[in-house]
Amino acid sequence: MSNATTSKKKNGFLAGTATYVDDRLGVGGVLKEFGRKIFPDHWSFMLGEVALYSFLVLLLSGTFLTFFFQPSMTQVVYDGVYAPLKGAHMSIAYASSLDITFEVRGGLLMRQVHHWSALLFVAAAGLHMLRVFFTGAFRKPRELNWVVGFVLFVLGMAAGFTGYSLPDDLLSGNGLRIIDGMIKGIPWIGTWVSTLLFGGEFPGHAIVGRLYSLHIMLVPALILVFLAIHLVMLVVHKHTHYSGPGRKDTNVVGYPLMPVYVAKAGGFFFIVFGVIMLISSFFTINPIWNYGGYDPSPVSAGTQPDWYIGWLDGALRLAPTGIEFMIGDNTVSMNILLPLVVSLVFLALVALYPFFENWVTGDKREHHVLDRPRNAPVRTAIGAAGVTFYAVLWAGASTDLIATSFKMSLNQVLLAMQISLIILPFVAFIVTKRICLSLQRKDREIALHGRESGRIVRLPHGEYIEVHEPLESHDLYKLVAYKEYEPTLPRPNAKGKITLSARLRSRISRFYFQDRISPATQTEIDENAHHAHELEEQVQKAIESSK
Amino acid sequence: MAKLKKKLNGLRRSPKSLIAVLFAGLLVVGSGYTAVNAAVSPDRQTVRSESQIQYGKKLFLANCASCHGRNAEGRELIAPSLIGVGEAAVDFQVSTGRMPGAASGPQLQVKPVQFTEEQISAMAAYVGSLADGPAIPDQAYLQANGDPTKGGELFRINCAMCHNAAGKGGALTEGKYAPGLMGSSAKTIYEAMITGPQNMPVFNDANITPEEKNDIITYLTYLQENSSVGGDDLGGLGPVTEGLLAWFGMLGLIIAITVWLGAKSN
Ligand code: HEC
Ligand code: HEC
Ligand code: HEM
Repeated sequence: MSNATTSKKKNGFLAGTATYVDDRLGVGGVLKEFGRKIFPDHWSFMLGEVALYSFLVLLLSGTFLTFFFQPSMTQVVYDGVYAPLKGAHMSIAYASSLDITFEVRGGLLMRQVHHWSALLFVAAAGLHMLRVFFTGAFRKPRELNWVVGFVLFVLGMAAGFTGYSLPDDLLSGNGLRIIDGMIKGIPWIGTWVSTLLFGGEFPGHAIVGRLYSLHIMLVPALILVFLAIHLVMLVVHKHTHYSGPGRKDTNVVGYPLMPVYVAKAGGFFFIVFGVIMLISSFFTINPIWNYGGYDPSPVSAGTQPDWYIGWLDGALRLAPTGIEFMIGDNTVSMNILLPLVVSLVFLALVALYPFFENWVTGDKREHHVLDRPRNAPVRTAIGAAGVTFYAVLWAGASTDLIATSFKMSLNQVLLAMQISLIILPFVAFIVTKRICLSLQRKDREIALHGRESGRIVRLPHGEYIEVHEPLESHDLYKLVAYKEYEPTLPRPNAKGKITLSARLRSRISRFYFQDRISPATQTEIDENAHHAHELEEQVQKAIESSK
Repeated sequence: MAKLKKKLNGLRRSPKSLIAVLFAGLLVVGSGYTAVNAAVSPDRQTVRSESQIQYGKKLFLANCASCHGRNAEGRELIAPSLIGVGEAAVDFQVSTGRMPGAASGPQLQVKPVQFTEEQISAMAAYVGSLADGPAIPDQAYLQANGDPTKGGELFRINCAMCHNAAGKGGALTEGKYAPGLMGSSAKTIYEAMITGPQNMPVFNDANITPEEKNDIITYLTYLQENSSVGGDDLGGLGPVTEGLLAWFGMLGLIIAITVWLGAKSN
């Protein structure tokens, strides 16, 4: 590993290229700066890249699909090779998707590549977000980049949803029908919005074409723009790193982006690409030929959306029934509005969390060294509660499959999930916070007394002790280098008044930092080392005399 | 004249006449329906020999009467009457291993088949001899030589809401479920439609004609015989298993590779 400041080499390949480009475009400085960016080496830093590379695969495979896909809802009689649909009436969109599947060379593989990489794209982005959250990488100066990343995640869901509905098969049509129902459930404006969206009564003849425009133009373009912002901000902020000796808030330790890192990244692209191809070759995804063309009358058992929409479907399924009421002539469908509001609030909380935490800590400094999750117990616990909430909603989308697979009653599964949705996040919070605190306590213990060596020694006066070995400074650093926050007291403002917000802030601060384990200080460590040294001498003496 | 009118009016108002009118109406509608029904479902009774019926009765008394009663009249809260359920019902229930039933949860389970074909037809003959009901289907409709496209459409409209569009099965309420159909024989499919076991509705010949039933059988047979063109179908459960594979198979594999490479380089 090299430090940012040590990778200076005049007239290398990098400098040469930079000069060439600079002479013509005047951007050499930028290129040089970018190429000398330092990128640390840890697997969890690669998640964002997995998302990036699956997006590249999506662009390539999607472009291939546009060559053959026809987004029209005009009815035709299918005359392709798939026997159980020969002679069926269907939309051109569905027929062309079947043609891609059965008649275009490599078409089915490309459809599967496109769909599998879509699932991977959102999964990698989601896990990447969790990594950023649990390591506190969203803190100043990266709050805005967190928001950009959040927008990317939501755009990923949007891209997936609009794409999923394109083939116009029964499953995706059922999904659209649910969306239509949700829109119509919005009081007063719902029906109008639905009519506008579908160009008339559902399903109409317009929706596939409209979704197509969104899917291949607007959404990918927005993703590209936000991706660009995301990456530029990454370069401007420099990458974060995990704590260790020599790793400070003022430097970045890792490899320079050019050439070591780019070579690695290039290789990594092929790993991601390879895994996508492997899965796409061996596993079916979205077998649209099984579902038949969309027809509003049938609904299939086991209708589910792709995983990233699953939590919204789950929210709908878990909503209690019978909570709608009337205002005048309008039914307010709370069983639809409640899940809608809950999901939007959940998303808003995710997007705004960095600003909230910053307000609570009042910390104005920049952070480039990541937190170990245990060293921010309440944040980690909040994250665990959020993940649990999301996971229960997600599982809620497959209540029927859980019921049949495990031979349980659908109604009981549903009830259990409804209860879990409320209870489990609290359980997750408490358990996680406890675990973090005990891990911190253990760290402190090890920092002060060293590792247990397993050597039991009897002292001359008969006492048995276990000898503890002191830590290497490298390991010690990891255990003690974190900032300890303390609860703040409500401070009066300029006019000498304690505002409600100041009081609230102090309360939340107490909630965050009341229970805490202070890192071992140098004096404490020295003192203990001294003590340990004396003990060691005693032990040596005892060994000597027993010989 | 006025007197007669008054009398008639009185009659019209009396509850007795109301019942009479209702009865007449029901008679007309009912016999009309039976006539129509008979017209679309020509009686396909197979000939039953007396000895077969006797053999069937013996088997029935030994294996089924404990629940269904000695004369197949049913026992309250234990098992329904089998009078009029037809040979098809017995054949379906026994040859799929559902009967003899065993006390269990919300839905009687499929178990290993306990009788030979000869024994099954004997019991079917016995139950069939008690009263008419759906007969064992004609071989002509079990050839899976119909129109799979039409069958697919009928299947999606009539069956997919319980059995899933690809015939993989699905959940019903309170622990009941519609089973997957990938192992069902043509005869089982036909008999299930005409007898409507447990929570499945009956699809009589007026609903779905025998030819259309053959179409459905043709479609399901196609699905049974052709595995997914896209590779392993992950149990045909759709997006849930796909999502699990994406997380654990793809993302998990990629992370494992990066961790492994990282460990190697250090
Ligand atoms: C343990 C008790 C039990 C035994 C033994 C048993 N059955 Fe049943 N049977 C049931 C029950 C309960 C049902 C009703 C299932 C339902 O619809 O929920 C049933 C239903 C049936 C039906 C379907 C009736 C209909 O309406 O379609 C047939 C046919 C049948 N049994 C035949 C048999 C035959 C033949 C045997 C002997 C081989 C047998 N059963 C043995 C309990 C039993
Ligand atoms: C209301 C839901 C429902 C509908 C609609 C429905 N079924 Fe069923 N079906 C069931 C249930 C429940 C069972 C299991 C009955 C049992 O175990 O006794 C079943 C069982 C079957 C079986 C027996 C499977 C086996 O191999 O044991 C077949 C075959 C079948 N159905 C075919 C069909 C066909 C074909 C249609 C459409 C024409 C259809 N079903 C419509 C609920 C349904
Ligand atoms: C940004 C992320 C993207 C995601 C998450 C995504 C997702 C999806 C999904 C899930 C489908 C349904 C696939 C199927 O099973 O048939 C789909 C279809 C499609 N996508 Fe994308 N897509 C993305 C980007 C693109 C891009 C950039 C293009 C074109 C340039 C594109 C073109 C298409 C086309 C033409 C189809 C319909 C093909 C078919 O259904 O057979 N997609 N997309």
